[in-house]
Amino acid sequence: MKWDISDIKNWGPGKHEPGAVIPEAGNARLYRTGGWRTDRPVRDDEKCTQCLFCYFFCPDASVELEEGKVATFDLDHCKGCAICAEECPVDAITMHPEAEFRRKSE
Amino acid sequence: MSTATEKLLAVTGNQAVAMAMKQLDPDVVAAYPITPQTDVVQAFSQYVADGVVKAEFVTVESEHSAMSACIGSAAAGARTMTATSSAGFALMWEVVYVAASMRLPIVMTTVNRALSGPINIHCDHSDSMGGRDTGWIQIYNEDAQEAYDATVMAFPIAEHADVRLPLMNMYDGFIISGAIGPLRPLSDAAVQAFAGERPDGLSLLKPDQPVTMGPFDGLHGWYFEHKIAQNRAMEAALPVIQDTYDRFAEVTGRQYQHLMCYDMDDAEVAIVVIGSAAGTARTVLAKLRAEGVKAGIVKPRTFRPFPTDDMARVLSGVKAVAVLDRADSFGAQGGPLYLETLAALYQKGVHTKTVNCVYGLGGRDIYPQNFEDVFRMLQEAVDGAELPHSRVYLNMKGE
Repeated sequence: MKWDISDIKNWGPGKHEPGAVIPEAGNARLYRTGGWRTDRPVRDDEKCTQCLFCYFFCPDASVELEEGKVATFDLDHCKGCAICAEECPVDAITMHPEAEFRRKSE
Repeated sequence: MSTATEKLLAVTGNQAVAMAMKQLDPDVVAAYPITPQTDVVQAFSQYVADGVVKAEFVTVESEHSAMSACIGSAAAGARTMTATSSAGFALMWEVVYVAASMRLPIVMTTVNRALSGPINIHCDHSDSMGGRDTGWIQIYNEDAQEAYDATVMAFPIAEHADVRLPLMNMYDGFIISGAIGPLRPLSDAAVQAFAGERPDGLSLLKPDQPVTMGPFDGLHGWYFEHKIAQNRAMEAALPVIQDTYDRFAEVTGRQYQHLMCYDMDDAEVAIVVIGSAAGTARTVLAKLRAEGVKAGIVKPRTFRPFPTDDMARVLSGVKAVAVLDRADSFGAQGGPLYLETLAALYQKGVHTKTVNCVYGLGGRDIYPQNFEDVFRMLQEAVDGAELPHSRVYLNMKGE
């Protein structure tokens, strides 16, 4: 079932499913939790051997593959736990404070 | 009266409720099997051991876990029951709210017993009255027959499309739960026909229709709106409960009301009292009526949702009312039943003299003489005397 929540900000008590049930699967991705992160993973493509350890170890499925190879981090959901950096056998992933990126973007 | 009714039995309140549970044969019963549990669960476990029920019986390590297991079970779509009492109910507290806010139609028997301390396991209403704001429907029963009947009626109320709330049934610890009284049960077929099947709906066990239950609401979500929806469901429950009472009367001849009234038509003085003490009060009522005293008794059965309009209506012609509470609300202006009654009267513009009597805490006996004293006090109030503004404690030692 497709749950139409386009107008949910205006929903009153009678509009919700009783008991706050969410009648749809797989929509956790719409809930962005990356804001918790203080350190951001950065991957060095030259060092990376595409062993996929980071992909398998990531507890939040935030390492994204393209055609079987590590491509990007899903920063809307990555919490910055640094498990990927810790497990990377060639130290291709390093952690950098979010503040640095904020300054860059400014 | 009806073919649906079986022969008269002599059973304890707990046996009566366990029998109703056996006849309902819910999908799951999850319960803590050790004290302060009552022998409702013990009797039901015997049915399980004897193979006369198909229910999945889950014995858990605490009452908190019992209610948690019930929540999981009910969320999966299973008809779910449990039983508790006293401190066991208190230990459930956190998840009792969760059951109601998830709108799960769990049915629980709460045998009314005191909360510590001093340590005391005898009858009073402190346990369930403390839970009056948890979002559960609350039905209070006078005797084994009422407790049995209320158990049979529970699921059609709790599962009704307009309601979808958990329901707890109460009766007095020891006085009813452990003492033997008359019970005229229904046949298994009549119980099952009355209770029907749980309506189909969203559940955790439908792979083709996946859902999330009990989600985090976010920091700026809709918690507030969900609480309002719960209260609206409570309001909707009031007519559903009465409809169910009426439908039950068609099958059994036993007609229940939110407020059971005894000699209230022309009553000038009245006692409002919940539970087994209403039986004692009626013996006094019969005596006073024989003496020509225009006395009456109101016995609330439905406490949540509170039948505000009914209470104001039945007390509208009464000149002096005593509301009896078997639980205190420390620091409040009276016990829970008193405050509800007072609010109903004020809201509906009914002006009558009222007094709050607290009785029976921790199993303190209440005698016919106590009721007679209360009725005399009310009669004096009708003749012009002031009623006490603070609680009157019935059968208190020392003063």
